[in-house]
Amino acid sequence: MLTNEVIKQRLIEKFGEQVTAFSEPYGMLTFEAPKELNLKVLNFLFDDDELKFRFLTDLQAVHYPDNKGRELAVVYHLHNLVDNVRIRFKVFTDIQTPDVYTATGLFSAANWMERETYDFYGVNFVGHPNLKRILNVDEMDYFPLRKEYPLEDQTRIDKDDEMFGRG
Amino acid sequence: MTEHEHIRLPEGSIEKTTTTLNLGPTHPATHGVFQNILELDGERIVSAEQTVGYIHRAFEKLAERRPLYQITPLTDRLNYCSSPINNMGWHITCEKLLGIKTPKRVDYLRVIIMELARISDHLICNSIVGVDTGAYTGFLYVMQYRELIYEIYEEICGSRLTTNIGRIGGFERNFTDVAFQRLDKFLAEYPKVLKEFINLFERNRIFIERTQRTGGISAERALNYSFTGPNLRAAGVDYDVRVHTPYSSYEDFQFNVPVGTTGDNYDRWQVRNEEMWESLSIIEQAYKKVQEFKGAEAEVFHADVPEYYLPEKEDVYTKMEALIWHFKIIMGEIDIPVGEVYSSVEGANGEVGFYLISDGGRTPYRLHFRRPGFIYYQAFEEMTKGSMMSDAIITMSSLNLIAGEIDA
Repeated sequence: MLTNEVIKQRLIEKFGEQVTAFSEPYGMLTFEAPKELNLKVLNFLFDDDELKFRFLTDLQAVHYPDNKGRELAVVYHLHNLVDNVRIRFKVFTDIQTPDVYTATGLFSAANWMERETYDFYGVNFVGHPNLKRILNVDEMDYFPLRKEYPLEDQTRIDKDDEMFGRG
Repeated sequence: MTEHEHIRLPEGSIEKTTTTLNLGPTHPATHGVFQNILELDGERIVSAEQTVGYIHRAFEKLAERRPLYQITPLTDRLNYCSSPINNMGWHITCEKLLGIKTPKRVDYLRVIIMELARISDHLICNSIVGVDTGAYTGFLYVMQYRELIYEIYEEICGSRLTTNIGRIGGFERNFTDVAFQRLDKFLAEYPKVLKEFINLFERNRIFIERTQRTGGISAERALNYSFTGPNLRAAGVDYDVRVHTPYSSYEDFQFNVPVGTTGDNYDRWQVRNEEMWESLSIIEQAYKKVQEFKGAEAEVFHADVPEYYLPEKEDVYTKMEALIWHFKIIMGEIDIPVGEVYSSVEGANGEVGFYLISDGGRTPYRLHFRRPGFIYYQAFEEMTKGSMMSDAIITMSSLNLIAGEIDA
């Protein structure tokens, strides 16, 4: 029986104190590792005969501007389809050098997911075969889902809306 | 003097033995805004490069400024062939975050609507595969019966395509007698239509030869590409969110998970047909369970969560409490608890997931949609390399690619 506790123990056995911040929000085991280790952890989870996390459900980034030195989180949702267990694995990176190793060698599906993450957050996936924008226009020179680009304040009054009958 | 002497070809062009073909973004055969830059050797595809994002609407960014109810209409516009599944997936995600438990009757009513949506989605996909192989009749024939499904939605929520159906905790109103009558009509008429639709194609020589052994993918590759839904099951993997992580009381129903073997266009088509039969059986089971509720229980259509359930209009006009909640919900003045949740439902196309992070504000801190279409469209090149161009068109429609879902 593959429980969250078993997975946690296996990870600690293998990586010692480098895997941290274990928690279980709404029952899903969540943990962190240094970004240099992301491929080692993913490989271990993939290859281990007991863990078998071989299905990449989703991959995305989150921006925490107040988290100095660890502004961007790359979040992997992995699924063990045999035992039907899901886990969430995060790596944090600073925003000046957002370099994270690509998971495309392990999961073909990571290709577009990483392109999307690059497109919106500017995470530079080192070793990605074709890291370019996917949903936004190629000419765009910023990463729109970062928090420094707030959506327009709906109550602003300095706008000239005369043309739209709201003048 | 031959006529060729007057033609001056650009430098080096004579060396090129392949043709570059720009298929899309608005091509009648692509059923949506997709662009494929194909490199063709005669009619065979040497390489394909997909461009997506033509109808990108920044839903994830918009969601960061919207209270929960204003996000539901965004989910409509992902896979618009089966909006109710997305709507309910979103409401189920919110309920998980907020810790709301829905009554059984609500779960069963939701199952009825979600399975109807699955039928209407599969119906479109399969009949379009027919159109792309040259048979228009099936498509026109089944549209009438999709109309019956839309009329059921209409009776429940007032809209048809982008439904915005349901509320956090349940439905906006109880199912009326008319809704149940329409459901009866659909259940009575649809099986024989589906049978006829299948007969039209299943043993048709042209259809079989166009679809078998084209656009195939092995189970191993499909898993590596994170395929889910009918496309994964056609390759022989019996992964179904309804079975693996039951939501909305799917554990109370008996149904089979049909699987294929080769993952080619024919298998995908067959798996979708089988799923429609299973959906019909689930609807019948759920309908029976709904009818078993008696007395006050038969009137339950939402959970008792005034902070999050948008009250009925009648109550808003007559009761102070309801008016206050109505105002607070509409103005988005209710704080969401801090939390991080991933929840998914079995969409018509595969696993539709919602990754919601709340920092305790009124809107999500981050919301990510797992769109199955976006994830498996990247396998298109691998699936079509070396095949004929006309097979690639069928592969595209049998994967059920929906531009709205891919571009979010």
